[in-house]
Amino acid sequence: MSEELQVPPAEFSSYYGRPILKVTRWREPHLPAYLFLGEMSGALALVAAAAHATGRRPLASTARIGSAAAAVAGAGFLTAELGRPERFLNMLRVAKPTSPLSMGSWILASHSGLVSAAAASQVTGLVPGVGALAGAAAALTGSALATYPGVLLANTAVPAWHAAYREITLLFAGGAMTAAGAAGLAASAVSSDRADFEAARRLAMVGAAVESVAGYGLETRPGLESEPYRTGEGGRMLVAARYLTLGGGLAALAARRSRMAAAVSAALLAGGGYCAKVAVLRAGVASAKDPKYVVAGQRSGLPGEPASAGRGG
Amino acid sequence: MTGNRLYGPLADVAGDAGYAEHPQRVGFFTDTSVCIGCKACEVACKEWNGLPEPGGDVLALTGMSYDNTGALGSNSWRHVAFIEQQVPANGPAADLIIEEPDGADGADGATRWLMASDVCKHCTHAACLDVCPTGALVRTEFGTVIVQPDICNGCAYCVSACPFGVIDRREDDGRAWKCTMCYDRLRGGLEPACAKACPTDSIQFGPLDELRATAQARLADLHASGETRARLYLDDPEDGIGGGGAFFLLLDEPEVYGLPPDPVVTSRDLPQMWRWAGTAAAVLAAGVAVAFAGRRA
Repeated sequence: MSEELQVPPAEFSSYYGRPILKVTRWREPHLPAYLFLGEMSGALALVAAAAHATGRRPLASTARIGSAAAAVAGAGFLTAELGRPERFLNMLRVAKPTSPLSMGSWILASHSGLVSAAAASQVTGLVPGVGALAGAAAALTGSALATYPGVLLANTAVPAWHAAYREITLLFAGGAMTAAGAAGLAASAVSSDRADFEAARRLAMVGAAVESVAGYGLETRPGLESEPYRTGEGGRMLVAARYLTLGGGLAALAARRSRMAAAVSAALLAGGGYCAKVAVLRAGVASAKDPKYVVAGQRSGLPGEPASAGRGG
Repeated sequence: MTGNRLYGPLADVAGDAGYAEHPQRVGFFTDTSVCIGCKACEVACKEWNGLPEPGGDVLALTGMSYDNTGALGSNSWRHVAFIEQQVPANGPAADLIIEEPDGADGADGATRWLMASDVCKHCTHAACLDVCPTGALVRTEFGTVIVQPDICNGCAYCVSACPFGVIDRREDDGRAWKCTMCYDRLRGGLEPACAKACPTDSIQFGPLDELRATAQARLADLHASGETRARLYLDDPEDGIGGGGAFFLLLDEPEVYGLPPDPVVTSRDLPQMWRWAGTAAAVLAAGVAVAFAGRRA
């Protein structure tokens, strides 16, 4: 890997240093909260199905209800993000594979329906067969709901998002595991049948590893587009996310014996997952605001095109 | 519909969008070498389309040049850029020089102004249109791209998808807005308001094929007269957006005008992104399987 190839031209032209791209209208806390809750709901649906299939009743119950709650709350943040929230249902006017948000809306709608049915069956004790069927189907919609947001962000002109689609999508997959693991750990801190939640604890540790590796990948991948993940507000949030996630993973080691450790681990992992989403949003904003990411990034793809000296600003 | 045409040249863009019969694709050729920066295009656009004032102080000055519009946006569908730059006194573009060198040695060169009226590119492969989840953004029978304001729910995906930073959301109204190439005027057989108002024919409107031929001839003239830095921008169907429905003749690098040097529609990479999401979903499922693999404690 040649370091020289990664160094952008020291000088580049711009129009008075003004942004070329529009900065995203997606904002905090709506976008990171939606991403966090969506992946939590998705992974909890997988946990619920696996727990149900393996006879872990308390974990299955917790995961079903948690998945439904997270889906509803996540949909609330997504709707509140719209300029015209009352037109949310226009998302279901068409189904467009070229629009990750169209696909995501259909995934979210079907997933919410399935996990709500499973949770309702769980709470009321009615039609357990239908609940189990809905829960099994929700494992599929949940996998999609937890990972499609990587495509949602990457399929834009935002340099830090588009270039890092692999790392972002993996970060979200790992975050889904830690979010669901955190929910299970939190429940285990107050549950009378703690042994049942061992799977959630293991999931949290696997997720913390995946999330940490993906976060490291965001910072270190070749190309100028990784810079917003190392510097500025995006970089700071990603560092915070790393320490919270690693701390949560370590605390999970002790969570089998200690209710306190389970609660601390759940809080750290949830905080780390949320901070990771904020970091991705802020890195994207930084890369859209500074025209160098657009100009230098595109110039490096134009063979034989020398970057001209700074002018016009 | 031929389906799934995300990238590359596309001869019949309206036909690809499903119009069995349609008029010729039309567009803008903006020849910036004859722009005088009068902003008649900006005014005509605002007047015809009834665009609201921008938010904040309407008399605010940017302090950087005669450009106080700053950028394209939800309420500015034409934007005239002003660039003041030093050029060699004996270099090309003598007709653009506004100030002769005044130093004793003249080594600093002369000053020239570049002016350019920017607009929505009405891309052959339009990222805003691809990512719109409601179908509010549509391809018209003229091959242009418009937002249907009665459908848009303000999700703002298009805002982040556009490689030119053209489309934006009005925060008071909650919907996305951009140039329509005066769709209402096109339907009535008229040319767009900006092109009609342009006093120097810097903004030319017409069938895209004819405009491309016109532009090539103009470029050859400029090169012959020594303006060697003149180049066409977004005229090539082989480029990253399949060519623009609006394209430009520029006298310097695109980024000098605030334009991306080599824009690519994000949808080009969408199939591999979806495949990767499938991989990530498999990682997630594997993680859950590992977590549940052990015996129950």
